[in-house]
Amino acid sequence: MELKKILISPIARGAFANSLEISARTAIVGAILGALFAWALVSGKPGSFFYRFSVALSSVLAQFGGVMLTFAFLATFGFNGLVSTFAIKIAPDSFLAQSDWLYGMTGLSLLYTFFQIPLMVLVFLPTLENLKPQWREASDALGGRVYEYWFRVGIPILTPSFAGATLLLFVNSFSAYATADTLINMADFLTPLEISSALSSEVGGANPAEAKALSLFMIIVVTLAMTFYALLRRRVSKWEQRR
Amino acid sequence: MKQTWKLKIWRGIIIATVGLYLLVPLIAMLDFSTKPFVLGMNSRTLESWKVIPAQPDLALAIGRSLITALIVMLLILFLIVPTAIWVHLKLPSLRRPFELLCLLPLAIPAIVLVVGVSPLYRWISINLTESPITLSGVYSMLILPYTYRSLSAALDAVDIHTLAEAATTLGATVSRVIFGIIMPTIRTGIINGSFIAIALVLGEYTISNILNYKTFQVVIAQIGRSNGNVAVAVSLASLLFVLFLLLLIPNKKRQGAILDVDIA
Repeated sequence: MELKKILISPIARGAFANSLEISARTAIVGAILGALFAWALVSGKPGSFFYRFSVALSSVLAQFGGVMLTFAFLATFGFNGLVSTFAIKIAPDSFLAQSDWLYGMTGLSLLYTFFQIPLMVLVFLPTLENLKPQWREASDALGGRVYEYWFRVGIPILTPSFAGATLLLFVNSFSAYATADTLINMADFLTPLEISSALSSEVGGANPAEAKALSLFMIIVVTLAMTFYALLRRRVSKWEQRR
Repeated sequence: MKQTWKLKIWRGIIIATVGLYLLVPLIAMLDFSTKPFVLGMNSRTLESWKVIPAQPDLALAIGRSLITALIVMLLILFLIVPTAIWVHLKLPSLRRPFELLCLLPLAIPAIVLVVGVSPLYRWISINLTESPITLSGVYSMLILPYTYRSLSAALDAVDIHTLAEAATTLGATVSRVIFGIIMPTIRTGIINGSFIAIALVLGEYTISNILNYKTFQVVIAQIGRSNGNVAVAVSLASLLFVLFLLLLIPNKKRQGAILDVDIA
């Protein structure tokens, strides 16, 4: 049976582990940086051009990017790229001056953050905008300091939303295909790449059964993540003002 | 809310760091695409931008992707919008299931979706046509979460029940109510949804690549294999084009967010 064959196949397991690892990594990094940036946006002027521009740019990078982000990545860190040329001049020994990390886990993770951070900005902005100013005022009126507000009120309230958003990012990079496909030529590196090669193999015959079995595993992971997400949302909606 | 100078410094640091992190790749693209085209040339050149129109398949692919986007927009206008209105108006009990159904494509990875639809598309390309325009079918499914969100928000903002009742008492038919009365009032929502549809169709790669259709993104990837500079130039141009498109979206709050995430 195909499912069993995949369960014991070291290649499929390796790809699956890679997929999970890269999704977890980029989800956490993206969530933290994205949330910080979203906070910086919210604490500024909401109607300003900078705000609108940032949101639009985040939107483009998070959802339109794909293939084009790979080229952005290569133009930045790849051979003759902006940062790598710079690094060769300034610090020839740093890893930025080398190129062997580009087409592996590190490179792909870095590339994924190009769309994970903007997605987090988009996801987290509404949450931050829904924080009631009254809570802040209450904390201030009772003599709370800025950090006390954040550690005792802000962060505890935001934690479920933050975790939910992180799960969303996890699912997002878990199912990402375009960037990985254009950057990496190894079919066995990530599960989506494996599915695609099983579906339309140029070398051997295509194996739709394998593709379906692998898809099932992906669906299981996504379903688990989305279930947790729904549970977290339920907690969130207790306090969040729904539109 | 008082803002201390400490807070302002933190804000500045965060904006500078993350903002640069996101902007540097774009600047690098500009830098890369104006690099000397041939070895031995030293000065900056716009050569990679000039040869864009001469790229094989590119104009054709853009044209096809735009036609596909147009068909998707028509499907939104005549299928999804009326359905959403109907559900809001007459079938409130179906609202929740309908919403969940519309959000499903957000959760299901595109790659899994391809596994599902590939037999169908193989049949279509053998028996009907090989034109990539047939992709508009699966695309209109893919964009459901985004269009539904903007439509639903627009429908919630106006009192469509009163409008519909008034129109019906005055003798309007059902189609008149939907197309003549309600649709104009949720114009902004429909326009937003359509912008999103264009952006998503132009940016789609997974499905078209695996099903072997030469859409815009597939052609960009193909150019990238032969000429990096040109691929970077095309990529930057299309990123800026969509950025411009999104800045045009008429929406006061959260302008230009494709994804208005407020799921579940």
